[in-house]
Amino acid sequence: MKELTIDAVIENVATVTAFVDEQLEQLDCPMKAQMQVDIAIDELFGNIAHYAYNPETGPATVRVEVTENPLAVVITFIDNGVPYDPLAQSDPDVTLSAEEREIGGLGIYMVKKSMDDISYEYKDGQNILKIKKNI
Amino acid sequence: MTIEKKVNGNELTVVLTGRLDTTTAPNLDAELKKDLEGTEHLIFDFEALEYLSSAGLRVLLSAQKTMNKQGDMVIRHVNETIAEIFEVTGFSDILTIEE
Repeated sequence: MKELTIDAVIENVATVTAFVDEQLEQLDCPMKAQMQVDIAIDELFGNIAHYAYNPETGPATVRVEVTENPLAVVITFIDNGVPYDPLAQSDPDVTLSAEEREIGGLGIYMVKKSMDDISYEYKDGQNILKIKKNI
Repeated sequence: MTIEKKVNGNELTVVLTGRLDTTTAPNLDAELKKDLEGTEHLIFDFEALEYLSSAGLRVLLSAQKTMNKQGDMVIRHVNETIAEIFEVTGFSDILTIEE
């Protein structure tokens, strides 16, 4: 298990991505799966950076674990900000025209579709969001 | 991400290299705002774009809405990961994607 605790600000998305990619490269993770994980980091860490402590800033912890049979990577995002369950919102209507479209909810929808598992819990004052990607 | 722009009359080609994400999408948005006025044909070249997140989709949607009013917009050389994102989000029905 590897863990990184860092200020939840947009400027740190690249640092978190590099930290996770380093673990994925050690596992010979296929490029496509790695890019899907990187997108998930952008959406989830980006959300924490934008909303968890707004207008203040605060820390977030990103934990990377590897499970076997099947080989998978589990990434947990933890923050102490306002309680927010991104899985509670309904999926966006992806059949609307350009004029009718709204972007809200699209990020978490993309993550749901590209990951093998996603779960959320609020415990001891912490938002705990976990994604799993088989590799 | 780097943004390279080529103007040819009323045609604007935008070549993106790297990742179009939360950090970089605002730069593309700002660049497009500068140049879309008077553009009738907007071409995105995604040959060297690794991936995009919803922040990137937001900018593409906004550009598409603008171009719907004043001309056309196409996206070329989309990789497999990006093609799948367009498919899953229904953006493949909104955008014009060319080989």
